[in-house]
Amino acid sequence: MPVTITMPALSPTMESGTLAKWLVKEGDEITSGDVIAEIETDKATMEVEAVDEGTIGKILVESGTADVAVNAPIALLLEEGEDASALDGFDAGAPAAAPAADAAPAKEEAAPAAAAPEANVAAGPAPTAADGNRIFSSPLARRLAKLNDLDLAKISGTGPRGRIVKRDVDAAIEAGTAKAGAPAAADAPKAAAAPAPAAAASAGPSDEQVLKNFAEGSYELVPHDGMRKTIAKRLTEAKQTIPHFYVSVDCQLDDLLALRSQLNNSAPRKDDKPTYKLSVNDMVIKALALALRDVPDANVSWTSDNMVKHKHVDVGVAVSIEGGLITPIIRKAEEKALSTISNEMKDMGKRAKERKLKPEEYQGGTTAVSNMGMMGVKSFSAVVNPPHSTILAVGAGEKRPVIEGDEIKVATVMTVTLSTDHRTVDGALGAELLKAFKGYIENPMSMLV
Amino acid sequence: MAQTEFDVIIVGSGPGGYVTAIRSAQLGLKTAIVEKNELGGICLNWGCIPTKALLRSAEIYHFMQNAKDYGLSAEGVSFDLQKVVERSRGVSKQLNTGVGFLMKKNKVTVIKGEAVLEGKNSITVSGDDAGTYKAKHIILATGARPRVLPGLEPDQKLIWTYFNALKPDIMPKSLLVVGSGAIGIEFASFFNTMGADVTVVEMMPKILPVEDDEISGMARKSLEKQGIKILTEAKVTGVKKGGNNVEATIEKKGGKTEVIKADRIISAVGVQGNIENLGLEKLGIKTDRGCIVIDEYGRTNVEGVYAIGDVAGPPMLAHKAEHEGTICVEKIAGLKPHPMNKSTIPGCTYCHPQVSSVGLTEQACKEKGLDVRVGRFPFIANGKAIALGEPEGMIKTIFDKKTGQLLGAHMIGAEVTELIQGFCVAMGLETTEEELMETIFPHPTLSEMMPESVRDAYGRVIQT
Repeated sequence: MPVTITMPALSPTMESGTLAKWLVKEGDEITSGDVIAEIETDKATMEVEAVDEGTIGKILVESGTADVAVNAPIALLLEEGEDASALDGFDAGAPAAAPAADAAPAKEEAAPAAAAPEANVAAGPAPTAADGNRIFSSPLARRLAKLNDLDLAKISGTGPRGRIVKRDVDAAIEAGTAKAGAPAAADAPKAAAAPAPAAAASAGPSDEQVLKNFAEGSYELVPHDGMRKTIAKRLTEAKQTIPHFYVSVDCQLDDLLALRSQLNNSAPRKDDKPTYKLSVNDMVIKALALALRDVPDANVSWTSDNMVKHKHVDVGVAVSIEGGLITPIIRKAEEKALSTISNEMKDMGKRAKERKLKPEEYQGGTTAVSNMGMMGVKSFSAVVNPPHSTILAVGAGEKRPVIEGDEIKVATVMTVTLSTDHRTVDGALGAELLKAFKGYIENPMSMLV
Repeated sequence: MAQTEFDVIIVGSGPGGYVTAIRSAQLGLKTAIVEKNELGGICLNWGCIPTKALLRSAEIYHFMQNAKDYGLSAEGVSFDLQKVVERSRGVSKQLNTGVGFLMKKNKVTVIKGEAVLEGKNSITVSGDDAGTYKAKHIILATGARPRVLPGLEPDQKLIWTYFNALKPDIMPKSLLVVGSGAIGIEFASFFNTMGADVTVVEMMPKILPVEDDEISGMARKSLEKQGIKILTEAKVTGVKKGGNNVEATIEKKGGKTEVIKADRIISAVGVQGNIENLGLEKLGIKTDRGCIVIDEYGRTNVEGVYAIGDVAGPPMLAHKAEHEGTICVEKIAGLKPHPMNKSTIPGCTYCHPQVSSVGLTEQACKEKGLDVRVGRFPFIANGKAIALGEPEGMIKTIFDKKTGQLLGAHMIGAEVTELIQGFCVAMGLETTEEELMETIFPHPTLSEMMPESVRDAYGRVIQT
């Protein structure tokens, strides 16, 4: 049987390369160690040496072919005594040995219950989702899914730590959901032989490729929880699908700080405690809400057919919690008093840290605020979180020299950066929104009327 | 008086009750447990544990009698029944003290006395620690007691229950065991090994009625070979008591009767839930066939009142009670325990040879119309079994033909009660035949028979 020569991996991370040049032609006799081809990767050109000896029977990939996947067959080698007729009907893509799965037993008849041929479906190894994450599932659940042509990625698990178990697959069968798409996972062996699809490039390096860069034992693996997966999925999607642009502006805070302490000092007391204690962030939320009320064209969401123009401003506020972050939403913030916003924020912030927010409290929203001022950050840009069109990244308020007229004076200044979805909000509109925001921050009394 | 208000009060300190109490305390709930007799309940004092101690004595006695099979000699082998019983009681005492220690260590308040539900959040206790106690959650774990058949009422002297059989005043020369469940068969095995002439009477067509037909048949053959007389489809219709023995009339299939004379009778016709004098009626707590009705988290129809273990229905097994109690109290504490799955509760009988099983029997699969593959592997083909001198037994596995789901595992032979857990884990993790065949079992062990049985179901067995 002819020997298949495959595209070699010239480095541990190589996925594909260009077959630059064949140094042999069909009919050439080669011995082990002969240089037979040159291969280019993005980093280097390297020579390919023959491993076996024989006659080159057929060249499958022409010189100059780019993006040849590692392990794809590139030529067939005839062994001693074979002639070209051995190539007839030989499928280079087929694995060398017959699959062992059905090889079980000549003794099959002896099995006590062997009668009708049964579906010989291997439950297979732990499957992975499209994003390369392992889907935790029981072997029985995997086999049931395969027998019923279901996609495990579409089934949510109710077993320990979200593992998919039999009852979950049974439920999907009953409900008629989770059907595998046309290119079903069952075709995996065929797909593997084909060159790696170009689309895979967007998925980033595989887990294996990442880990190859580090010595074994030099790290520990901490499995992702649901929040981490959601963050990864949503923000990758956001950064890949939303054309971002950024607008920054400096706001003077001194008047706002003065008003804040005045309001806090005059807060009515109940049970000897003030009924509210405003933070700068509460005022930023309110200012952004009012700015979007004034510039309603920026208070929108993108859908492919329509611009969704919102009638109220729902401000998501990023709250950092252990293991990630979550964004509780102040609804109709433009209508709410500062004290209401402040108290809502306190309550939701606390429950966010306990992971006790209800989905309706953190899903949706029309814009968002991410404030890293308390951590001394001067400025940064945030990722727009759909369905929002904007997100305001807030830096620290710090004393800076500012020039007023021709004088240098000291003021408390805060830099904010608006990230914007260009599909819905253009540059000028973004600038207009920031101008309105700056107006409220620098003339804070206007927030009270 | 000490504390009277708790988050959780558990009534009954058997294996269900005391494990639940510890778990409850671990979860930060203020916990009390009420017990009218000994901590540890039947299991530890009058059931699982002391019988295992007796059976161990019987096993060693059996080995000594057969020492020459192993190239050893033991002359004048005999036993002192009182010493055997003393050891068994000592084992119970040790564990009973251990439960007391665990309660103290976990800061569980032990209330001595008998509890009656006063309302859904309070109980009245009579006895050493009499008083009223309140709790947000009350878990009933009062267990079960021997069922009494009319005409076969235990009199503690001639007609025994397991309480008497565990502390026999004499070594009966002849013994009639009524009922062939785990309790009946274990006592039959013990007294037979110790030299009594034992007859077992069973109403059903087979002994160990819950076990797989094939395993039950093998157990019967083995016990009969050891000299136990077994009558199935038979019942005791009358008992005539003498001074120190009884004459029992047995009605067999077809109406034929036989009179059996025996020194003692052990009534082992099952157990029934302790649902009386608990105040269930007052609160309107639902019962069915002598047990409290609960959902999969141990909740009764009355909010705040729960039941676990034997009193909450079959199978009446300590490990089921422990599991049920743990689920119940975790749910109370706001965790998300998985609901009780009764299809994966194993059962063990410690006669010689031992019997153990988990899941469906082959007959149950047939009744459900399941298409199955069945594998068997005999002890005689296992190196370790032969080396041990235990060539008698079999491991049987049943798989769903289409999906490869492990539906049942049934074993008979030496130490199979210690082997069954492997299949319990497999079922719990939902393995198929593939993983079981791919798992490496150590050599030389009895456990090697487990994957062999699986391979046999798929026509791939190696060693037979």
